[in-house]
Amino acid sequence: MSLDRQRPAVLVTGIAGNLGRTLTKTLHKRERVIGIDRRPFPGRPKDVEMHELDLRKKKAEEVFRKNEIRAVIHQGIMHDPRMSAEEHHSFNVLGTTRILEYCAKYGVKKLVVLSSANVYGPSPDNSNFLTEDAPLMAASRFSGVRDLIEVDMLANGFFWRHPQVETVILRPVHVVGPNIKNAPSNYFRIRRPWVMAGFDPMIQLIHVQDAARAMIEALRPEPKGVYNVVGPGEVPLSAVHRELGRTPIPVPHPLARSALNLLFRYRLASFPSPELDHLQFLCAVDGARWVKEVGWKPSYSMRETIRSVVPDTAGT
Amino acid sequence: MFERLGDAVKQRMKRWTEGMIAPDQLPQLTAIARTENEYGVDPFGFSLEFALAAVAPLLWLYKFYFRVETHGVEKVPAGRVLLVANHSGQLPFDGAMIGVAMLTEATPPRAVRSMVEKWVPTLPYVSTVMARSGQIVGTPENCRRLLQAEEAIMVFPEGARGISKLWSQRYQLQEFGLGFMRLALETQTPIVPIGVVGAEEQAPALMDVKPLARLLGFPAFPITPTILPFPLPVKYHLHFGEPLTFQGLPDDEDAELEKKVKVVKGAVQQLIREGLRERKGVFF
Repeated sequence: MSLDRQRPAVLVTGIAGNLGRTLTKTLHKRERVIGIDRRPFPGRPKDVEMHELDLRKKKAEEVFRKNEIRAVIHQGIMHDPRMSAEEHHSFNVLGTTRILEYCAKYGVKKLVVLSSANVYGPSPDNSNFLTEDAPLMAASRFSGVRDLIEVDMLANGFFWRHPQVETVILRPVHVVGPNIKNAPSNYFRIRRPWVMAGFDPMIQLIHVQDAARAMIEALRPEPKGVYNVVGPGEVPLSAVHRELGRTPIPVPHPLARSALNLLFRYRLASFPSPELDHLQFLCAVDGARWVKEVGWKPSYSMRETIRSVVPDTAGT
Repeated sequence: MFERLGDAVKQRMKRWTEGMIAPDQLPQLTAIARTENEYGVDPFGFSLEFALAAVAPLLWLYKFYFRVETHGVEKVPAGRVLLVANHSGQLPFDGAMIGVAMLTEATPPRAVRSMVEKWVPTLPYVSTVMARSGQIVGTPENCRRLLQAEEAIMVFPEGARGISKLWSQRYQLQEFGLGFMRLALETQTPIVPIGVVGAEEQAPALMDVKPLARLLGFPAFPITPTILPFPLPVKYHLHFGEPLTFQGLPDDEDAELEKKVKVVKGAVQQLIREGLRERKGVFF
């Protein structure tokens, strides 16, 4: 055990979240894992060292000082539309700034930052498949995602300024899974979901296990830079609803926006109205670069990925 | 319920299509669906099932209304290709008829893609119909990707200048854009010129009420004898020319590209001239 203490570790931020826990389940079998999160980590594997603290606090630096950290997986990014904009912004942007600072200061060799394909933003003039060099336009229609774009850009700047750290920025498509509570997974759990009348965009989903596997793949020495990560492909939104046996309610889009605004304000809905853009326009990406450089192949089929949002029918 | 109604209509339309094409063509048509996934769509959202239903009224127009005669469709090479034609008629039936010709008269049949305006994805229903029948937003990135996937793309380099031309300008090619030539050079794509004869007389526009067009955000507001630019039952002739290939730098100066575009424009003009000489009348 004392020998194991000396082994360089992989630090995971936001480890107590659903994606973090899924990631840890696989990762701790091959790496020494240290986790940071403000939340407790129930059911934590015994060999995972856990620090219940806020990234923005000075104490976080101690974790870097006291351990040899070989790699950092920074996926502790908050997406909570109910949180105050100020706290949301501070947690994501300041937290990321600190992590980047420590990576440079303590000679971390590999940094993996989990961004999202949502940074491009759904829009009527999007190409069908956006590549990594497409502009990050999401905030032009939805200011709530500004800090997510900022996190992505911070990591990008870091990639250029610190060539000694192999930085990987992953932009996966919508992550779904049995325990995932993000907007797309929650939306697909609604029995009678809204759809925008007359719109049926192609969407891309990735299973949470595949998203976790992508982060582990990113620890390999070859990948560097920004990568879109695509799951088993693309399907029309309506096909997902049909697969899940849903009965969607078509709502005219101008009406839907103002209605959802009201519902969100009075806490009758958990989706802010700009999310409706995802039901109306394309925000699909080209994952060819990631496929080529790490030989990526998702392990869940489209059908399995779609069905995974319903806990009963999912295997894992 | 709404969905079931939609499915029933789709099935009926599809049967209508199947009734209008030769039975030995059906298996070949089904082979187009090769890139579709288990949900019946390709990565761009094209669905053969949907396209075969949506094409029914166009196929009817092709056979019984415009009575299209297609000449030289066999000249279209396999693999990536740009189909470049003259544009006219106020409503884009010329594009639709070329699409039907490629689907029902080419061997093997091909589903032609065309590039639509950026406001199309903002239109309810229209956006979905367009996507499922293979029409894609005209970004250069999309075009490049489709050509690399060996698709056939239809281009009208005259754009809005062509489709909204007046009666007095019929069969006079308007200025050609250069974008298609850049893409052809970049992706080494052969260009097949097409002369469309007939469409230019389908909706004679006497004048274009420009202020009204601006007010409505339309490219033009034509006044035709039928008030709305409803097409007359003119007879269509589609003349496919020999494929042209070009060498050069895609980011060359405009003057260099213009020379190459002129060759294509000349070929289209020549096909139109021959077509006009051969035809017996506007309606027969």
